[in-house]
Amino acid sequence: MMEVYVKTIARLMGAVAVAAMMSGGAIQAASAADAAPAVVYDLGGKFDKSFNESAYMGAEKYKKDTGTEYRDFEIQNDSQREQGLRNFARRGMSPIIGIGFSYEQAIEKVAKEFPDTHFAIVDSVVDLPNVRSILFKEHEGSYLVGVLAAMASKTGKVGFVGGMDIPLIRKFACGYVQGVKSVSPDIDVIQNMTGTTGAAWNDPVKGSELAKAQFDKGVDVVYHAAGGTGIGVLQAAADAGKLGIGVDSNQNSLHPGNMLTSMVKSVDVAVYKAFDDSAKGNWSAGIQSLGLKEGGVDWAYDDDNKELITDDMKAAVEKAKQDIISGKVEVHDYMSDNSCPM
Amino acid sequence: MTRGKLPRWVDYGLIPVMNLAAAFLVAGLVVLLIGENPLEAVRILIYGSLGFGEGIGFTLFYATNFIFTGLAVAVAFHAGLFNIGGEGQAYVGGLGVGLACLALDRFVPWWVTFPVAVAGGAVFGAAWALVPAYLQARRGSHVVITTIMFNFIASSLMVYLLVNVLAKPGSMQPETRNFEAGGQLPLIRDLLPGLDLGQAPLNLAFVLALAACLFVWVLIWRSRLGYEIRTFGANQSAAIYAGISPVRITIVTMLISGGLAGLMAINEVMGSQTRLLLEFTAGYGFVGIAVALMGRAHPVGIILASILFGMLYQGGAELAFEKPAITRDMIVVIQGLVILFAGALEHLFRPWLERLFASGHVPEAQAA
Repeated sequence: MMEVYVKTIARLMGAVAVAAMMSGGAIQAASAADAAPAVVYDLGGKFDKSFNESAYMGAEKYKKDTGTEYRDFEIQNDSQREQGLRNFARRGMSPIIGIGFSYEQAIEKVAKEFPDTHFAIVDSVVDLPNVRSILFKEHEGSYLVGVLAAMASKTGKVGFVGGMDIPLIRKFACGYVQGVKSVSPDIDVIQNMTGTTGAAWNDPVKGSELAKAQFDKGVDVVYHAAGGTGIGVLQAAADAGKLGIGVDSNQNSLHPGNMLTSMVKSVDVAVYKAFDDSAKGNWSAGIQSLGLKEGGVDWAYDDDNKELITDDMKAAVEKAKQDIISGKVEVHDYMSDNSCPM
Repeated sequence: MTRGKLPRWVDYGLIPVMNLAAAFLVAGLVVLLIGENPLEAVRILIYGSLGFGEGIGFTLFYATNFIFTGLAVAVAFHAGLFNIGGEGQAYVGGLGVGLACLALDRFVPWWVTFPVAVAGGAVFGAAWALVPAYLQARRGSHVVITTIMFNFIASSLMVYLLVNVLAKPGSMQPETRNFEAGGQLPLIRDLLPGLDLGQAPLNLAFVLALAACLFVWVLIWRSRLGYEIRTFGANQSAAIYAGISPVRITIVTMLISGGLAGLMAINEVMGSQTRLLLEFTAGYGFVGIAVALMGRAHPVGIILASILFGMLYQGGAELAFEKPAITRDMIVVIQGLVILFAGALEHLFRPWLERLFASGHVPEAQAA
């Protein structure tokens, strides 16, 4: 009796599956011709004013420039990572970009199931022939803002506030220190990490306290790599009449007049480029490290901070940029050996 | 509650259906408001959750989580306790499951790990409920407040452990290594390849959930302890007068409740993710409250309510996927409306229905 039930149910499901495959097949054929790209965001969601939103901006720009429609998906829980990737892959979409290192496992699994689909992951490495791993040389961008911080400081002391104490954030700190010391080895850098847990990314109160403590020690320029915590750091700098340096996206507009610059990490450029490469047949898998040369990182100069950047500073930072691009100056990557020589 | 005034089919059947219909009506208006066709949305939601094998698999996968957390809340309900801590108990239960899998997966097959992991999840979940239970029983600290607080403590504890102790070396991800085959529950799609479940992570934990339903039914309605729990829940003074120890019933009930919540981790940690990771509970513990309310704290009702919420989760994801205008936040709105109408506004139609049914039975009532 039970067997009959199971068989009937199996048959019913089979029929539904065939119907689904037929309709799915039609969608696949239609979109394979357009090679529609797709983005899946991390739990933060696409309007997080930071990392995910930058990816969204890149995709939107591509849509505006080329008229190519793309699809995106915001996950609600971890089970949906694979589900989202797989749903896009089944519809024949390519490339499919996972934003954030949390996608590592999901992309590794789904990319194996769809070897002909292009995948990309930001901030992590998945070693498969159809996956592009996009990394950023945050140390190079941090070096540049370090140069600016050192030149802008009148007290000879600059600060750094990191979020969670992980190798990636030490990489920011190490590049920054190197940039500061390149201007003058006598300038002190006072460093603080907000914490050792995920909560350290979203604790603006503590960020502000750390910044105030640094100001008490004589710091007058502070650089943060601390996500939401950094909002507190920058607020404290603005309140105390000191200078803050933003991170990831251009945060200059947060406190015009008290924002020296921002270290911009161009996730949007990476997303745009992945879309473009795949559409034009220039797709390449493997690790793609985006530094100053590739336009992956940069310092921000706009109407909000041009009063603070003197001609000398601008010349010095542009020279440093050229030196790094030409290879004359090499910025140490903390993550290459998990140590900082500074 | 005013149970007994209405025929059972109205109480258990008609009222939930009417509440659900009202919720969908309002949700439909919201969908209409953002310029999408609500009928089309309902079609996608139902097709996405029940229309094909993989959708059904995902629906039942989510339902498995809700059955565990729903049962946890229901058992506490019967003793008049409101356990809001299912989320934290499930989270810490995940630690028990994860440790069992990490310790055993390289040496023994899954069916040896399974009972240890089940025990680990139940014991850790129960342990997390013990302190609030003790404080309620001995000190009168309200269990609603303490269990909510324990959710936050659980979250901090797990962050600390996953970042500093359990994370695999060299990774920035706060999660443990992947369990080997000995720490992975078999997926239903591998056990019954005849069922076309696609890539759905539905696993043996579903069977465990059904077994837990049976356990709760026997416990509450067929055991001496269950009788004591129900008596205590119905009237504490009478229960104490009858010689039932309030301290014992409060603590034992909360331990069972916490243990059931902890078992949710079997589905997520051992069945689906095969590693312990941050925030795997994703709010399922809180949805369990709505499930228990909607399911009238009865295992059969809880299974039905769990499947409904499973449909909302899976169908909702498909809906967000198909209709870019309907974001994941819209899905939360729809889920919230169902919880609002099924849980908080449970009495919306009840007085009206009672009057309706009472008018038909007036002579009998007066005769009595």
